[in-house]
Amino acid sequence: MKKSIFLIPLLILALIFTGCSDDDTTPEPVNEEELITTMTVTLSPVGGGSDIVLKTVDMDGDGGNEPVITINGVTGNEVSLTVGTSYEGSIELLNESEDPAEDITEEVQAEAEDHQFFYTSSSSLDVTTNYEDEDINEKPIGVYFTLIANAASSGDLTFTLRHEPNKSAAGVATGDITSAGGETDITETFSITIE
Amino acid sequence: MRNYAFTIMLVCSYLAVSQNCKHTLSGKVLDLHDGSILSGATLVVAETESISQTSIDGDYTILGLCENITYSIRILHSSCEIKTFYVKISEDTQRDFKLEHHLEELNEIILEGKAYENNTNTTLENNVSKETLERYSTGALGDALNSLSGVSSLNKGNGIVKPIVNGLHSSRIIMVNNGVRMQDQEWGAEHAPNIDINSVGRLTLVKSASALQYGGDAMGGVIIAEALKVPVKDSLYGKTMASLTSNGRGGVLTSELTKSHSNGWYGTVQGSIKRFGDFEAADYILSNTGLIEQNVSLCLGLNKFNYGIEGYFSFFSSKIGVLRASHLHGAADQVRAFESNTPLIINDFTYNIGAPRQNVKHQLARIKGFKTFENFGTLSLQYDYQQNNRLEFDIRRGDDRDKAAMDLELNTHTLLLDYENDFEHKLDLKSGLMARYQNNFANPNTGVRRLIPDYDKYELGIYLLGNYALNDRWLLEAGARFDYTHLDVYKFYRTSFWEDRNYDVLYPHIVVEDLGTQVLANPNLKFHNASATAGLKYTFKDNYQLFLNYALASRAPNPSELFSEGLHHSGARIELGDLSFNSEVGHKVSATIQRDHDTFSFSINPYVNTISDFIIIEPTKILETIRGNFQVWEYRQTSAQLLGVDIDAAYKFTDKLNFTHQLSIVKGYDRSRNLPLISMPPISTKNEISFEHPKFHNLKLALQSEYVFAQNEYPDNNFEVYVPETETTELLDISSTPSAYHLLNFNSSIDFEITKTSLLTVGLGITNISNTSYRNYLNLQRFYADDLGRNFLLNLKFKY
Repeated sequence: MKKSIFLIPLLILALIFTGCSDDDTTPEPVNEEELITTMTVTLSPVGGGSDIVLKTVDMDGDGGNEPVITINGVTGNEVSLTVGTSYEGSIELLNESEDPAEDITEEVQAEAEDHQFFYTSSSSLDVTTNYEDEDINEKPIGVYFTLIANAASSGDLTFTLRHEPNKSAAGVATGDITSAGGETDITETFSITIE
Repeated sequence: MRNYAFTIMLVCSYLAVSQNCKHTLSGKVLDLHDGSILSGATLVVAETESISQTSIDGDYTILGLCENITYSIRILHSSCEIKTFYVKISEDTQRDFKLEHHLEELNEIILEGKAYENNTNTTLENNVSKETLERYSTGALGDALNSLSGVSSLNKGNGIVKPIVNGLHSSRIIMVNNGVRMQDQEWGAEHAPNIDINSVGRLTLVKSASALQYGGDAMGGVIIAEALKVPVKDSLYGKTMASLTSNGRGGVLTSELTKSHSNGWYGTVQGSIKRFGDFEAADYILSNTGLIEQNVSLCLGLNKFNYGIEGYFSFFSSKIGVLRASHLHGAADQVRAFESNTPLIINDFTYNIGAPRQNVKHQLARIKGFKTFENFGTLSLQYDYQQNNRLEFDIRRGDDRDKAAMDLELNTHTLLLDYENDFEHKLDLKSGLMARYQNNFANPNTGVRRLIPDYDKYELGIYLLGNYALNDRWLLEAGARFDYTHLDVYKFYRTSFWEDRNYDVLYPHIVVEDLGTQVLANPNLKFHNASATAGLKYTFKDNYQLFLNYALASRAPNPSELFSEGLHHSGARIELGDLSFNSEVGHKVSATIQRDHDTFSFSINPYVNTISDFIIIEPTKILETIRGNFQVWEYRQTSAQLLGVDIDAAYKFTDKLNFTHQLSIVKGYDRSRNLPLISMPPISTKNEISFEHPKFHNLKLALQSEYVFAQNEYPDNNFEVYVPETETTELLDISSTPSAYHLLNFNSSIDFEITKTSLLTVGLGITNISNTSYRNYLNLQRFYADDLGRNFLLNLKFKY
């Protein structure tokens, strides 16, 4: 009786240690599913002319390398717009770490009431932006917009996507980010010159 | 030899006759464990062969003792081990004797009890009483520990409460639950211990690494939770407790039933359920801070005089909401949140727990057997298995919305073999061996890069601890431990980080696979850690004790310190570990002077803890990402020093009126850079006045004041962020500490006897009576919201 008591834990141990023999398989890599690697803003001049493509790419997401900004395929963040011209704008978001690249714009549009883009210009820059799309609550999303380059000026233009913003807060529906709240999913600043 | 002794005794008694032999020795005989009085104990004075007995109040008096003679007094009590004390008489002397329980709680439980009650002999141990634990029934284990001096807590909201002992926390604290060292991913600052407070019968804190039987890496201390002992007799007893709180609009229901038998068999079953909705600060609702907790534990054992076996199983499950407004992306979001005095998101009260939240399940199974061999000692063998599954849910998009962002499963097997001698009481020896295997599996289906990689960990440990009683006043203690740790890790590194850290040059041989943007590496790390302790205890003037202890602790770096590499959402920052870290080595010297007296008791406990290769995390730069700017925090090793003092005092005005005082001071410095350490608890003091009327339904009333000073020493980690909306550069103040605050708490209880064997206790409590708005430096949520407002608590306990 006395000795048999010791056999019980030993038996259990034997079972467990044989149970967890190591199989040397390496873990599988994780594909970041929600990662946004690429934002492309396309500005098409109304009435003709070639598109202006503003692009930022950060292949390794949070951390690691800094994003690479290109304008019409050339590295740099200087954009020039023409005085008095209206542009039709659209934004495309991609996760290029997956193959084929995942279209995040679709996800944003599917959850339109939880997302909104903001176009914030510095006070020196004379531009006007208007939303050209809306969610089921008739609030803006901002994947499509128009941008009017007014007088000759220069300054920064920042594109920001907010997740779960308060779309009913003051000024948010007209594009004022101040009381929008929510979390920033993506943000990039471009340097604009209107001439 | 015997003749010599006889001769000496004869000479002694001869001398005695020629001296003043009119002295008396009087006092009480008490239970060593709970200080209860032992009536009917027999005291035999060997030198005079006189016999006396303790009265119903435990008092004894021995008359006719002579000056300058050391008497040996043998004390016998039906339920205790026989013990001999040596007392030198120089005048009329008052002296209390403490005996150890014996028959009612049989052998191993005693040996166990001894192991638990005296985890170390030369460091003062602090206990949280069952009564206090019951008072914190609706809270977390960390809240109850917080009632001890020298302990504070690192919180994330009010659901996640991590104990800080003398300024240190997480992997620097060992948590022992019913003899099992908890392996519950304790490394994270927002990972609370997975122990149900309602399953704990007794909670002990050792504020140093001297309890080597549990591990050698307890830089801060060891916290031991254990169930109450079961008597060896035929009985059936239990309790059911219901607590309701106004803040959180929820409560706890807990029940426990124990059946014991005189043949040694016993069993306990315990369960509890906790449910709260959103908690409230003084002025607003803290949205998404609700919690649900469900726990069950079972224990079955056989306890014979010289052998026994016990099986224990517990299941702990919790779902804890994290303040919605604390979830942010990047530094510009932080600027917005910091500028606001109230949380940016305040919704209506709800019991629903959305994202962000944590779902944690912890299972623990333990089997232990012991056998006592005559003239050798007791051997015990324990095997335990733990499984910890942690799911963390973030605010996500699309198909991932309801998918956990982190899914870790930690499995641990431990085998312990311990030996304890049973020689006569002068020398106590304890030694043992430990073998442990641990596997961490990070589920890749989360769609988020692993924060903690997959690994296998193998540990071996060996220790020897001994204490030697020179005489009744002096006790010496020494011990040593050696641990070997081997970590076999598979980790995907971002290629950019791998190259930035120069790992491609330093560790090319550990690369298993190159995937372009990621590199799979297989680091194998080995750590050899030595730890030791030495100390003494001196008892003087009957009720004074002096403890002096030195503890050497060595801790291998934990997986998050070694392998972190990426965005940590809860801090809105990028955290980077370092593969090249070696073990931390700490030297802690602590002293305690204690006076244990009916009217005025106190203890003063100063300490110095010097730690080399101390691992800290600090901000190093700002990193631009597609989501905006993030602050980068990197782990670094440095020399650290912590100094402090804990003071406890109690004064009894009358039989019914008591005053207690507590003061904790700790200062921590990074000695290589001459900077204060981050997250050091500010000075705090607690003062309580309590009234007790045992004859009137055991009425108890207590008013407690808690004053927490502002922490005036902290490193400056502030940084500047450009905010495009306002075209300004803002200073993000993540360093400044909140101002001092004062809280008043009230607590009361009253007993009603329902039948002869059942008792109903009704308790009423109020915390933060004045509904003060305050923020606590050690609450990670402090940047976004105030701490808890007023809370009314109703507690019904039915004992049967």
